[in-house]
Amino acid sequence: MLETIWFILWGVLWAVYFMLDGFDLGLGSLLPFVAKNETEKRIVYNSMGPFWDGNEVWLITAGGVTFAAFPTAYAIMFNGLYSALLLLLFALILRGVCFEFRSKGDNQSWRDMWDKIMFIGSFLPCILLGVAFANIFEGLPLDKDGIFQGGLFTLLNPYGLAGGVLFLMLFLVHGALWLAIKTEGEISQRAGEMASKLWFVLLAVAVVFLVWTFFQTKLFDNYLKIPVLFMFPLIAVASLIMTKIFMLSKAWLKAWFASAGTILFVTFFGVAGLFPNLLPSSLNPAYNVTIFNSSASQLTLKIMLGVVLVMVPIVIAYQIWIYMFLKDKVNEKSLDYEEAY
Amino acid sequence: MDVLMLSRLQFAVASMFHFLFVPLTLGLSILTAIMETIYVKTGDEDYKRMAKFWGKLFLINFSLGVVTGITLEFQFGTNWSAYSKYVGDIFGSLLAIEATLAFYLESSFVGLWIFTWNRVSPKLHATFIWIVAIASSISALWILLANGWMQNPVGYVIRNGRAELQDFIAVLTNSFGLVEFIHTLGGAYILGGIFVLGVSSYHLLRNNEIVFFKKSFSIAAVWTLVFSLFVLINGHISGAEVARVQPTKLAAMESHWETQKNAPMYLFAIPDPENEKNSVELFPIPGFLSLLAFHTTDAEVKGLKDFPKDLRPPVTINFLSFRLMVGLGMFFVLISIISFAVRSNPEKYPLLLKILLFSIPLPYIAIEAGWVLAEVGRQPWIVYGLMKTKDAVSVLSMPQVTISLIAFILFYSVLGLIDFYLLIKFARKGPQH
Repeated sequence: MLETIWFILWGVLWAVYFMLDGFDLGLGSLLPFVAKNETEKRIVYNSMGPFWDGNEVWLITAGGVTFAAFPTAYAIMFNGLYSALLLLLFALILRGVCFEFRSKGDNQSWRDMWDKIMFIGSFLPCILLGVAFANIFEGLPLDKDGIFQGGLFTLLNPYGLAGGVLFLMLFLVHGALWLAIKTEGEISQRAGEMASKLWFVLLAVAVVFLVWTFFQTKLFDNYLKIPVLFMFPLIAVASLIMTKIFMLSKAWLKAWFASAGTILFVTFFGVAGLFPNLLPSSLNPAYNVTIFNSSASQLTLKIMLGVVLVMVPIVIAYQIWIYMFLKDKVNEKSLDYEEAY
Repeated sequence: MDVLMLSRLQFAVASMFHFLFVPLTLGLSILTAIMETIYVKTGDEDYKRMAKFWGKLFLINFSLGVVTGITLEFQFGTNWSAYSKYVGDIFGSLLAIEATLAFYLESSFVGLWIFTWNRVSPKLHATFIWIVAIASSISALWILLANGWMQNPVGYVIRNGRAELQDFIAVLTNSFGLVEFIHTLGGAYILGGIFVLGVSSYHLLRNNEIVFFKKSFSIAAVWTLVFSLFVLINGHISGAEVARVQPTKLAAMESHWETQKNAPMYLFAIPDPENEKNSVELFPIPGFLSLLAFHTTDAEVKGLKDFPKDLRPPVTINFLSFRLMVGLGMFFVLISIISFAVRSNPEKYPLLLKILLFSIPLPYIAIEAGWVLAEVGRQPWIVYGLMKTKDAVSVLSMPQVTISLIAFILFYSVLGLIDFYLLIKFARKGPQH
C-alpha cells in the first residue's frame, strides 16, 4: 500500500517538475527565435529569472525521492542512463549559470555566446528528458541484475527520439505561452503567435506518439485492465484542445494553465501505464524493476511520507505566493531595475 | 586506473568543486542579511549599499553552488549504484529531506530577494535574505547528517541484504554528524568573514569608499573572531569524535604508528608509510595526543600497526591535510584577533590589510583540506566499518567514466575560471553610487 502511495507521489513530483521547468526550458530553447534584439533578449531572461531556480528544485526532489523511496530503482536508473544523465546535468548547469554570467559581461560578443549556451542548455534537457522517459515507457535493456545492456545510442531509438520531440514541443508551447503572459506589446504578441503555430506541430507529434505508444509499449495493458485510467489521456487531450481554444481568444494565461494540464496529464498517462513497474525491462518481464522489488523499508517509506505530505504543500504554497507576488509584466522599463539580468 | 579509481576521482572533482562555492554561500548570505538588517534598524543607506554590493558577490558565487550540487546528488546513482542500493534507505532519505525542507526555500526566495529591492518594505526584503541564509544552513545540516552517517553509521539494521533504517532519531542525533555540521558551518562562516575582510582591505588600501569598507571590515572582524574561536573549540571536539569513532583516521592523521599510553604529539614529523614509521619526529609534547583525543594523558591511542594493512587509510595525505587545516585555523584566530583589535581604524595598518587580502584563498584551502581528511581518512570504507568503497561502485565501462571524468574536469575548470573572474571583477569594482 505504502509502495503504491509512493508510486503516485513519484509520478506527481516528476509531472510537477516537467510542468514548471518545462516553461523555462522551452523558453530558453526559443530564445534565438523569439527575441529580436538585446532589449527583447533581456526581457526573455528576466521573465524567467526569478523562477527557474525554484523550478529546478523539483528535479532534485524527484531524484531525491526516487533515491529515498525506491533506492534500487534509483541505482539502476542512474547507473544505466549514465551518459545521458550526465549530459542532462551539464546542460542544466550551463542553463543555470547563464543568468548571472551573461548579465555580468560588458560586450555584445560575450552576451551572444551566453545566448547560444542558453539555447543549448535548455534545448538538450527538453530532448533528453523526453528520450529518457520514452525509453522507460518502452523498457530498458536491463538484465537480471538490473545491469543496463546498452549505451547512449541504445536510448536514441526511434520511439525514444519521438519522446524527445514530444517533450520539446510540449515545452516550447509552454514556454512561448509563458513569455506571452509575462510581457506586453510586440514581443508578447509574437510569442503568442509562435505558441499558436507550434501547437499544430505539438498536436501532430502527440497523435503520432500516442499511437506509437500503443504498438511499442505495454502501457495500455493497465488501461485495458482498469478502463477508468483512460481519464488521464482523455484529460491530456482535452487540455491540449483547450490550450488551442484559449489561444484563439488570446487568453494566454488560461492557455498556459491548459498547457500545464497537458504536461501533467501526459506524464500521468505514462506513469499510470507503468504501474507497478518503475523501470520495465525490455529483455524479460521477470527483470522488471517494480515498486515492490526496489522500495525502501516500510519505516523509511512512512517517515518520508510524513515529510513529503507536510513539506510539499508548504512548498507549493510559498511558490504560488512568489509567482503571484512577481506577477508584474516584464517590459523595457523593468530592465532599468538595477538588479535585473 | 580502473572504474573504481576514476569514479573516486570524479567524485572528488565534483564534490571539491562544489565546495568551492558552498562555504561562501553559507557565510556571505548571513553577513549580507546582517548588513541589510542594520539598514532596516538604523536607516543608514550605507548598509543598504553594503547589502547590495556583498549580495551581488554572493549571487555570482551562489549560482554555481546550486547547479553543481545537483550533479552530486545524482552521482551517487551514476557512479555508486551499489552503495545507493545498500544504504539508500537511510542516506537517500536524508538527501530527499534536505531538498524538501531547505533547498526549495533557498532557491525560491533568492529570486524574490533579487527582484524586490525598493518594491517591498525594507523589513520584508530583509526577511527574504534571512530565509535564504537560514535555509542554506539548514541544507548543510541534512547533507552533513548524511555524511555523518557514512562516517559513523547508526540507527540501522542489516536486513534484506542492505542497511535498513531502524531508529530515525538515532540518525538525526548522530553526534558525529552534528559535530561535523557545526564544524563545517563554522569553517564556512570564517571563509565568508575573511572574504569580506580581504575585499574590504583591497579597497581600503586604495583609499576607495573608506567609510563603506570600514563598516564592512568592522562587521566581518567581529564575525570572524567569533567563529574562528568557535571553530578552535569545536575542532577539538571534532578530533575527539574522530578518536572515539574512527581510530584508523585518528592514527593516520597523526601518523601514529605504535599503540601507546601517554601518546605524544610531534610538532614536526615526516611520515614514512613504507617502513611503518616516521622518518623524522621533532618537538614532542608528551601525552598531548592522548589528552586531545581522550581528555587524559593516560589514555591509550591505537597505532596504525595495530590495524591490518588493508584497513588503514593512506597516511601522508591525511597527515598533511590535517596539519594544513589546523595550521590555517590557528592563523585565522591570530589574524582575526588583530583585525578585531584595529577594526575602528584598519586603514592605518596597510601591512595587515595586505595580509588579509592575500588571505582570501586560505580558508578555501583549509576547508578543502578538511574534506580530504574526512573522506580520504575514512578509506577503505565508504560507510565506516560497514561497506568498503571498492564494493560500492557502479557497473560502468572504462570509456564511459574516462570521458565523463575528462568532461567534468574541463567543464568545471572553465566554469570555475569564469566565476572567479567575475567575482574578482565585481569585488574590485566596488559598490555603486
